[in-house]
Amino acid sequence: MNKSTSKTLKFILVDCVLLTCTFLPIAFVIILEILTRVPSDDISLSGAQIFFEFNMPLQKLYITEAQVNSWAVIISIFFLCIFLTHGLAPKAKTKRQLLLEWVVEQTEKLVNGNMGEIFKNFAPFIATVIALSAFSSLLSLFGLYPPTSDINIIAGWALAVAGLITYYRFKCGPIGYIKSFCDPIGMLPLNVINEVATPVSMTFRHYGNIISGVVVSVLVGAGLQGLSHIVLGSLPGILGEVPFLQIGIPAVLSVYFDIFSGCLQAYIFAMLTMMYVSGAFNIDEFELRKKKKALKKANGGN
Amino acid sequence: MFELAIGIILGCCALGAGIAMIAGIGPGIGEGNAVAKACEAIGRQPESKSAVTSTMIMGCAIAETTGLYALVVAILLIFVAPGIMVDVLLSAI
Repeated sequence: MNKSTSKTLKFILVDCVLLTCTFLPIAFVIILEILTRVPSDDISLSGAQIFFEFNMPLQKLYITEAQVNSWAVIISIFFLCIFLTHGLAPKAKTKRQLLLEWVVEQTEKLVNGNMGEIFKNFAPFIATVIALSAFSSLLSLFGLYPPTSDINIIAGWALAVAGLITYYRFKCGPIGYIKSFCDPIGMLPLNVINEVATPVSMTFRHYGNIISGVVVSVLVGAGLQGLSHIVLGSLPGILGEVPFLQIGIPAVLSVYFDIFSGCLQAYIFAMLTMMYVSGAFNIDEFELRKKKKALKKANGGN
Repeated sequence: MFELAIGIILGCCALGAGIAMIAGIGPGIGEGNAVAKACEAIGRQPESKSAVTSTMIMGCAIAETTGLYALVVAILLIFVAPGIMVDVLLSAI
């Protein structure tokens, strides 16, 4: 019996459990959506539903649909990663290992090409950003509320990126941090505004692209409903209610707005993250400061 | 009188949203220019197609930002502003 090619029963069992754990959060969110959806005849645009409210000192803390969907995506991606890394071997045997190796290689190539060798450890973070953003946008394929069409979720991501930018500016010390704002002397106010505008523009770019797709999809859906009502409205009974124009045409829009635009925005968000973070880090000054510190330490020792 | 006030609020919010979206002209022209130049570049050097395409998509995304600012302002004016304005009106009465 060749043990290396055939999978053992235990391996398959663990695989099944991991796959179930991957799809369970999505199924849970779908059930939650079916239970809490408010039925309405019109096509309407509304924000995320509020599930719970907590009283907090400053204002109420709302647990909304967007947050719950976002958690579901996070848990799902977590188990998907464990599933893909299950049964890794030094020499690739399974298809999932080849897929995973391709993903890791591409991400490292992207990070090395855009950020340079010094930011090599950023690849997992960038892959996480892309996966989270893309899968959040793709959640609308299940008919769920995509977390990326809520401005708060994306503002959270953009604030995390802003924190990273500030961290890398502080790598050259507090004086270097202030100096980085006075790059052309006298441009301090503009640079400060630029620093504040970075997370705002990242938020608006991602949110605006996704929400414009949602708005256009809803408008086209409503228009097609009205049009098919005009065409078939004179027919008696249930025949007049058939929304025949709504079959197929919104799917074409969905391919662009849900799949293409969602993945493109994930890529652009990751690209901008890389550009801003690597732009905030002044490598020459960092090396100089490191050298000076080492020199000081050596002199102090003597 | 109250109906008139609410009508003015709703009408002005809709007008403001429409005027805000005039900003969509700028990104349209800018992205058109970017894509035209990218096509020229690919025509001259077909081997650099992938690099030109990814750079163009990045540039388009950045050029789009001003239009998206206008879009967010318009969405706020349509969906958020009328409610706040009516609340202000009710508390003033």
